[in-house]
Amino acid sequence: LTHQKPSILVYGYGNPGRQDDGAGIMLAEKLDEWIESRKLEDVRTDTNYQLNLEDAATVSNYDLVIFADASHEEIDDFRMEPLVASNRVEFTMHAVAPAFILHLCKEVFHYEPKAWLLHIKGYEWEFMAGMTEKAESNLLSALHYLQEFILQHMSGRISNGIN
Amino acid sequence: MGQKITIEPVTRVEGHGKVTIHLNNEGNVEQTRLHIVEFRGFERFVQGRPYWEMPVLVQRLCGICPVSHHLAAAKALDVIVGAGTGEGLTPTGEKMRRLMHYGQMFQSHSLHFFHLASPDLLFGIDSDPVKRNVIGVALQYKDLAVQGVMMRKYGQEVIKATAGKKIHGTGAVPGGINKHLTEEEREYLLHGDDYMNIDRMISWSQDALEFFKGYHKKNKAVIDSFAEFPSSYLSLVRKDGALDLYHGVLRAIDHEGRKILHDVDYQEYYKYIDEEVKSWSYMKFPYLKEIGKQNGWYSVGPLARMNTAEFIDTPLAQKEFEAFRQYSGGKPCHRPMHAHWARLIEILHSAEKIKQLLADPDLMEGQLVTRGAKQYEGVGLIEAPRGTLFHHYKIEENDMISMANLIVSTTNNNQPMNEAVKQVATRVMSGKKEITEGMMNAVEVAIRAYDPCLSCATHALGQMPLEFEMYDVDNKLIERKFKD
Repeated sequence: LTHQKPSILVYGYGNPGRQDDGAGIMLAEKLDEWIESRKLEDVRTDTNYQLNLEDAATVSNYDLVIFADASHEEIDDFRMEPLVASNRVEFTMHAVAPAFILHLCKEVFHYEPKAWLLHIKGYEWEFMAGMTEKAESNLLSALHYLQEFILQHMSGRISNGIN
Repeated sequence: MGQKITIEPVTRVEGHGKVTIHLNNEGNVEQTRLHIVEFRGFERFVQGRPYWEMPVLVQRLCGICPVSHHLAAAKALDVIVGAGTGEGLTPTGEKMRRLMHYGQMFQSHSLHFFHLASPDLLFGIDSDPVKRNVIGVALQYKDLAVQGVMMRKYGQEVIKATAGKKIHGTGAVPGGINKHLTEEEREYLLHGDDYMNIDRMISWSQDALEFFKGYHKKNKAVIDSFAEFPSSYLSLVRKDGALDLYHGVLRAIDHEGRKILHDVDYQEYYKYIDEEVKSWSYMKFPYLKEIGKQNGWYSVGPLARMNTAEFIDTPLAQKEFEAFRQYSGGKPCHRPMHAHWARLIEILHSAEKIKQLLADPDLMEGQLVTRGAKQYEGVGLIEAPRGTLFHHYKIEENDMISMANLIVSTTNNNQPMNEAVKQVATRVMSGKKEITEGMMNAVEVAIRAYDPCLSCATHALGQMPLEFEMYDVDNKLIERKFKD
């Protein structure tokens, strides 16, 4: 395989039909508008309900990957942390964790992009379109942070992907 | 001392399930149950929504097979908009949907084989769980891992080209499809580089079949006898008896291969099939009415389809089908582990179908949608990767959904999965003083042969560490283990 690396991928995942579970998708969609307005050709987005095996091939094409997902952990509004590859087996293996994707990418394609995981705090998870107001607010905070992070990365101020 | 062993949830199965195994005073297995612990609410959720939203809305059911729900809903709505029951669409409409469906089948089956099943086959049921996963496969069998990843990716590219996007695809609409395939998309799927072309996919599908057959030859005892039990089988078949994953008539056969549902129009499925509710599971138990609740249950999925179909209309898959049928002496195959074999034949068939369709000019031009006189009720069936998927809707004068009934593939396989658990548990756990990791995984392997999607069947999310509980005869917890 050849690795063409257009720099940055923001990969939002979750189910937008499950209220706040769609936060990662919404973030990617909003970021798209910003990318378009800024004409940032080296920044791409992707979305899906869940991560899966083929995403190892997708991330192998980028320098830096930011996975964005809703979180029901006890965090304030959002949290962004470096992602370390892991072969830890999840228990519902029709979907796989971002750390597992990184590990698979490393084993199969002999390449590991720098990667971060962006957690966006959510509150409600029922079958319903639209996020809660609090989660939307968290999403906007995360979006602004991510935009600044991307700009800094592109200007070389985050040379190794770690702030 | 009587014991109850609980395995919760089932690993490498989507959603949240729990297995309880009840041992008697002698330590032999007395009763087993596969419990589903989440409540389904999707059918109620869609009531009052406009019918045309359904093909997009139902994809929220599950992130694993959204395309199957998308297409089954669209087929039901074809009836409602007066476009007929699968045969009334324009050539472009039907062929684009078929291409989407074969892409879904290809990627879903590839996931199951390479990611979920191959670790068990390559490393053994009793092997270290740390090694028994796709990373373990990647470390020792790199080519196989690459193939798994790229076959998944190829299937997703087919879906993207036909459904429009991965999230909330909009390709199928009531009465047809909303886009043609572009020349660029066609060329990419036919002749893409970096392995991403259909000839490579066909070749890899054949390789995967050879891998399985080679494994089978060396491990006949495990593959042939693991959890074997007699079952009836149900699926769609084409009117001439061919395997058809997208459309056909409903056929069921008994354990001897005799037809017990005679190629009926699925618009009237409710005349032949009902669902039983049991107090200990939120997942219903479908059965054939004529035979009754006790013995009317049936299996669906790849193994069922190999048993009900008379032939396959693509040459490479037909050759494999003949070998498969010959192995069982022309009788129905009741070996759950042969579902892996059946699944691989369907991967090859899907790849051949994709190649046929990509050569068809109807994909690139022609009328997309057809309509007729409005109806107030419609049923859509499709052979999803895991088996027959039913969508049934009624609408009111104002076009809002007034009734929805979904029977998903995993629900159809509810009783067979319970039977498989019972077979394995009785064999590996009876008379044993200690329940080992290998024993519990054997039970899970039996369930995984059905590739169940419990999230879909219960319409719920759920993820938690594997929990193992043992109770004495007085229902007192005496041991708990976590696989975390």
